[in-house]
Amino acid sequence: MSESRTKTIRTDTLARVEGEGAMHVRIESGRVTEVELRIYEPPRFFEAFLRGRDFSEAVDITSRICGICPVAYQMSAVTAMESLCGVTVDGQVRELRRLLYCGEWIESHALHVFMLHAPDFLGFDSAVAMARDHPLVVANALALKKAGNEVMRVVGGREIHPVNLRVGGVHRAPSKRALATLIDGLERAREIALDAVTLTAGLEFPVYEQDIELVALAETGRYPIDAGPRIVSTAGLEITPPEYPDHFVESHVPWSHALHSLRRDGGSYLVGPLARFATSYEQLTPLAREAAAAVGLHPPERNPFRSIVVRAVELVHAVDEALALIAAYEEPDAPSVTVEPRAGVGHGVSEAPRGLLYHSYKVDADGTILEATIIPPTSQNQTAIEADLRAVVERSLDLPDAELSRRCEQTIRNYDPCISCATHFLTLEVERC
Amino acid sequence: MLRLVGVGNRWRGDDGAGLAVAALLAERAPAGVDVVAHEREPLELIERFDGAAAVWLVDAVHSGAPPGTLHRFDASEHALPAELFSISTHRLGLADALELARALGRLPPSVIVHGIEGARFGAGEELSPAVAEATRELAAALAAEVATC
Repeated sequence: MSESRTKTIRTDTLARVEGEGAMHVRIESGRVTEVELRIYEPPRFFEAFLRGRDFSEAVDITSRICGICPVAYQMSAVTAMESLCGVTVDGQVRELRRLLYCGEWIESHALHVFMLHAPDFLGFDSAVAMARDHPLVVANALALKKAGNEVMRVVGGREIHPVNLRVGGVHRAPSKRALATLIDGLERAREIALDAVTLTAGLEFPVYEQDIELVALAETGRYPIDAGPRIVSTAGLEITPPEYPDHFVESHVPWSHALHSLRRDGGSYLVGPLARFATSYEQLTPLAREAAAAVGLHPPERNPFRSIVVRAVELVHAVDEALALIAAYEEPDAPSVTVEPRAGVGHGVSEAPRGLLYHSYKVDADGTILEATIIPPTSQNQTAIEADLRAVVERSLDLPDAELSRRCEQTIRNYDPCISCATHFLTLEVERC
Repeated sequence: MLRLVGVGNRWRGDDGAGLAVAALLAERAPAGVDVVAHEREPLELIERFDGAAAVWLVDAVHSGAPPGTLHRFDASEHALPAELFSISTHRLGLADALELARALGRLPPSVIVHGIEGARFGAGEELSPAVAEATRELAAALAAEVATC
């Protein structure tokens, strides 16, 4: 390639990410000079919609931010309100919520691992093309995803935008018998998830390591999913959810409407499967730990391309834990407790499939929301995605443009970015000057 | 068995067209015809194919034709024109679901897709008048076709 020539490569719609945005990479004289992840429409509008609404409504309003991870939004919202009002939801009602969240993880991870990300590694343009050569893999993926959908339907009332969560608990606790109908599907799903660990571990990974702080929710004895008392990191951070704003700050960049979240000292960090795996490996179920160990996966895993294997391990965990929760389930005496509003600020954190999701609400004494802040995982990972793209492009300058574009897309998909919480089109543009 | 599947989202304007046709046909479907409203994600359509010898799918399309225009595609042997049925870059759509089913050997021998050209797909909107009229026209035509099957 001539260094004096300007070359632009565009992929008009980058498919297989959760949502749409734009990516611009500029290469001058063999050096990457600009990497911008452009996100057009952030969930800030939701923060504005929420002002003036009742504190009990945030759970159903924020659910609409994302069709892939609605439970994450719901759980962060209810946790924020409950912590503000001094209520702790525990016992079987918490377990039901956690079970619902496991359903979302299964559904979301199955979609991403098999339908969105695996085609990158196996050299297919889409899951449909992959299905022609690997029908069994795709059929199994559908069965796995369906097991997650069924959990969402039975516990959440429906699989997209579930309606059963509320401040103080759930609207209706399903019967033990209703949950038992999920067991067969989940048992098969567990076998498929175990196979998925072996399958994904056998893929070919670019040699690349990322030295970045990994941040996740944590709870003694439990893998971080629905809630947790601490936020921890591989750099020794250990704070409570209300302390989050003291340590992380959102800043605006000119090329994106979505805010970039950084550590207050300016450092970038990463949330998501790699972070959870690094900080809570010991809390995975024994089966999930064994599956990881069997393929040589140990914490911390720092190659973002191997996040697909970590997601597969988390699939094993989510299915395994869902089965345990169902086995131990007893119908609670009451599906919810009464929560009286209180003036103040509430903070809620949960682990969406793609990473830590922070909500905070300022509420007045009659329960009216005065301010809302929602920091989704993709907004926290944006800086890391850009840094990765820069590094990956710099190492891959000798690739033909089409290959380089594909490698960039694969890099973006390492983070399963839920840009749908925010944007319209992901256009990939590589410009060589 | 013939299964008629109306596909759509009743809360997004003309995207509810397929569901409207299913609702109209559910009232007058003869024995042996299974009428289903599919409000779940498109990938789960594959499960609707199991056990059916023939499937008729009804969904809204967006091709630029006048609202209410009826389209008919035979997907038994060939893929649908994806641009008509794919409105998202991150969700697998109806055309993808059909091709996945074909690749997995789960496509029924006969698959006919009826498209109704939509005009508006905004949240909370009703069917536009031309589309509502088209759903009645298509439901009547399909009911007549079922009667001769």
